[in-house]
Amino acid sequence: MMLQIENLHAAIGDNEILRGVDLEVAAGEVHAIMGPNGSGKSTLANVLAGHEAYDIAGRVLFEGQDLLALSPEDRAAAGVFLAFQNPVEIPGVGNLYFLRMALNSVRRRRGLEELDVMGFLALARERMKLVEMDESFMSRSVNEGFSGGEKKRNEILQMTILEPKLAILDETDSGLDIDALRIVAGGVNALRRPDRAMIVITHHQRLLDYLVPDRVHVMAAGRIVRSGDKDLALELEEHGYADLSQETASDRPATVGATP
Amino acid sequence: MTTATSTATSTPEGRTGAISTVAELLSRLGLPSLGPGPPWLTQARHESAEWAIMRGFPTLKDEDWKYTRLGPLLDVPFERAEAGAGHRISPATVDALTIDAASTRLVFVNGFFAPELSSITELPEGVTVTNLASVLAEGGALLEPFFSHPFSEFDHAFTALNTCLFEDGAFIHLPAGALVTAPIELVFLSEAHGSPVVSNPHSLILASPGSRVAVVETYAGTTGAITCTNAVTQVVLGEGAQVEHYKIQDETDTGFHLALLDVRQGPESRFSSGSVALGSKIARNEVRVRLEGEGAEAAIDSLYLPCADQHHDNPILIEHAAPRCTSRQLYKGIADERGHGVFNGRIIVWSGAEGTDASQTNKNLLLSDHAEIDTRPRLEIFTDDVKCTHGAAVGALDEEALFYLRSRGVPHEAARALLTYAFAREVLDLIPSESLRAHVETLVAGRLLTDDVGTGARSDE
Repeated sequence: MMLQIENLHAAIGDNEILRGVDLEVAAGEVHAIMGPNGSGKSTLANVLAGHEAYDIAGRVLFEGQDLLALSPEDRAAAGVFLAFQNPVEIPGVGNLYFLRMALNSVRRRRGLEELDVMGFLALARERMKLVEMDESFMSRSVNEGFSGGEKKRNEILQMTILEPKLAILDETDSGLDIDALRIVAGGVNALRRPDRAMIVITHHQRLLDYLVPDRVHVMAAGRIVRSGDKDLALELEEHGYADLSQETASDRPATVGATP
Repeated sequence: MTTATSTATSTPEGRTGAISTVAELLSRLGLPSLGPGPPWLTQARHESAEWAIMRGFPTLKDEDWKYTRLGPLLDVPFERAEAGAGHRISPATVDALTIDAASTRLVFVNGFFAPELSSITELPEGVTVTNLASVLAEGGALLEPFFSHPFSEFDHAFTALNTCLFEDGAFIHLPAGALVTAPIELVFLSEAHGSPVVSNPHSLILASPGSRVAVVETYAGTTGAITCTNAVTQVVLGEGAQVEHYKIQDETDTGFHLALLDVRQGPESRFSSGSVALGSKIARNEVRVRLEGEGAEAAIDSLYLPCADQHHDNPILIEHAAPRCTSRQLYKGIADERGHGVFNGRIIVWSGAEGTDASQTNKNLLLSDHAEIDTRPRLEIFTDDVKCTHGAAVGALDEEALFYLRSRGVPHEAARALLTYAFAREVLDLIPSESLRAHVETLVAGRLLTDDVGTGARSDE
């Protein structure tokens, strides 16, 4: 099992946001997490990436390793990647420089040789084609002045360059028009491999038309309250979350993963 | 590089050499060793000594000195620098401090001109670039107005002491319409080969109407030397003249640096100053700009980076004294460890200066719980029809940006360094000359970036 989350709790002060999440994701699988606003989806993503704002309890194993004990940079090196819902703008840090530094930091810790500028440029050009970004993005500061769609594409570009084992996409589809959605989904699909898993957090069925999930989970009030196959997403699209938010995990335990 | 050896033993904890009055200091330092000079200069030196004695040293009660303690400076038994220290400086030391080996450069060691380390390339006809003492030795009647003027309410004992004690400095004169394209480099080195020494360089940059020049002042010191530089640079711009001024303050961290950049601008003239403060134990980098002619423009940018126990004080006075002038200030400070940075910026819009457009921005980054920033923007407006904006901010690194970088694999320390350098870049990006910008970027990157980050952060490759 690539990722095992057991009884994960996360709180900021007295506000408990995750209240016992259980989830298993095997290599090669795509899991969608859906659910109403405030149900804890983004918190789950942030906690997995190592955000330090939360008080955390529970257990998360990534390839058998205690993920919660690792710093954010060590998680990146281990192969965890989060595509942010709202990527931060960083004036004064060039996109190209940042990306090369990120890749080389990760490669160094994975025991791979670092790429020089020319080697990196060749790789970046190839990956930029996947997300239909032109080179002018590279000379700009990280996300500074990017449109919403450009920021999302930049996230996917970073993912294609860093080649993670586990990619977590936090509402990567939100705010995208249909063309941008197609481009982003194309970039993500290009990365699907038997040794790579993805957790796709989304509000809408729309993205799942392009990116067909193996499992769909519904989060409400800090727990996964229902799990199913891709048809669950269609059902949610039809009926909404209204009746789900009343349910508790004990009413309908989450069936997890795609364990044989 | 030489190091001071004998001084530390002669003054345990300093108090033996402590000075309490200007008169005491003057009697210790004695009068200038340059010889008599023109009679008006002798007169000016005497008058400034009297004024300084009467005025006394600034104290924390003085509005413009309230953040800078002079105790550590007055405790040091400074002696007057001797001429001839230049032979102890290797040309390689100077080369490392200059931006372009082919440029015109004047080098001063402890305030004295060092011709053997200087070089003057071909200059347009009528342009003079030399040392001030050589002009004064020939009478220098033209220079009298720049020294024989009454002290104003903005002056203090140190500017007067500079007039009284200066040994030498740069003299740059551009006739009307002259254009000097390559930056002229002025290098001021502090060197103490024994006792702590004080030097008082005084430079004059006179840009006649329609002329244009760029000047870089670099202040540096030899490692371990206890020195005090008390420098004054006067810049006068005629109608339509353009002067770009840069300053790199990278004195040794055992040194003291007190400086005044005093600028007067004629109509439609354009003055810009970009400075970076890296060195000194205590540094006070005062800038005064007086916009005297209609339509003049001034842009003053600065980056100060106090760390360890450094103190960097930035008093600024911009006087709008004519209609339709524009002034802009961008000061950015990064204080680390126990560093203390001060922005004390004052804009005065005098009566009659209608159409003034003045802006002042001060942003600071605190990298340590023990670092300190004081920021004090001040506007005094005595006329209607003006546009003045000012803002000041002090903050820490953006935690969300840090998390973003780390989540991509960038190690914590490197991510901090990268964001810190990015904060500084806004000021560096304002330097138009590519070679000068690269030179300053290397200095700043050397301070802010870890080896892990490397200097590649300087550009977008």
